[in-house]
Amino acid sequence: MVRTALPGRLTWQAATVTAVRAETPSARTLVLDIPDWPGHLPGQHLDLRLTAEDGYSAQRSYSIASDWPGSGPVEITVQRLADGEVSSYLTDVVQVGDRIELRGPIGGWFVWRSAQPAPVLLVAGGSGVVPLMSMIRDRGRVRGRQPFRLIYSVRTPEDACYADELKRRVRDDPGLDVHFVHTRKGPDPKRIDVATVNTYGWPPDFAPDVFVCGPTGFVETVADILVALGHDPKKIRTERFGGK
Amino acid sequence: MMELDGNALAGDLAEVFTVEMTSARFTCAGCRHADEVATLRVYTPVPGAVARCPNCGDVVLTLVRTPTRVLLTLTGTARLDFPV
Repeated sequence: MVRTALPGRLTWQAATVTAVRAETPSARTLVLDIPDWPGHLPGQHLDLRLTAEDGYSAQRSYSIASDWPGSGPVEITVQRLADGEVSSYLTDVVQVGDRIELRGPIGGWFVWRSAQPAPVLLVAGGSGVVPLMSMIRDRGRVRGRQPFRLIYSVRTPEDACYADELKRRVRDDPGLDVHFVHTRKGPDPKRIDVATVNTYGWPPDFAPDVFVCGPTGFVETVADILVALGHDPKKIRTERFGGK
Repeated sequence: MMELDGNALAGDLAEVFTVEMTSARFTCAGCRHADEVATLRVYTPVPGAVARCPNCGDVVLTLVRTPTRVLLTLTGTARLDFPV
């Protein structure tokens, strides 16, 4: 049966890669020109589908890294996974000019709306920073006054995405703080713990909006810490991308 | 197998429903726990997605894609509640 395009229905469309940018040795940003993109909220994602000539197809969901000023390209940042058939294609093979099939934006729960007045705590594990970066960029663009704090856990300093941009934003914007946790290498290697969240997060009395994104184990650890510190579970939004 | 959460179902559910479903609230048919669909524990790809209640672990919904069909099973869902 031929699918009829219904108003409002999510359909697959072709996007063109207009630029690629290395973020770390294992992650890169794809800049996508998507005709008729309806716009997105920070925290939303898109589904991307690769189809081989024999018809084999693989589909993955990627968080959107860019904010939406009303027009222009859409950016995703992809972390290469050891056994990732889609991620390794996107990080190693895709070139400027290539066409990619996608649909979106999707998701409406793990999003920050700039009209929300509460302070915001962002906690990222690895490439979990991607949707949180979209929130930071959106807040910067609309000159939001909500104070933002980002706790960003990565293995080594070289694994941090957007490091230069974050440094610049922290320098120029007194309402944004970033604290890095290095788990493998760095001045003080350790995993995120109660003291980290207590020191660099907001106190529960401030009733912050909290967004946690990262590997499943990381998200569970952080969510448990936040609840133990007295944060309202209803204010904690989480997004897991699998793995340990 | 990968453990994700209900956010990962957003695209497939958007093909079925006209409202954004990760913000909808489910009520688990087993334990009556109610929360946003985004908070479900999702296991994939086996051969589709199995979404379990974060409170009791019962299967709340399953979603299986074939090349031509989507099979959505909601036996474990007592209610879906969403704004219109």
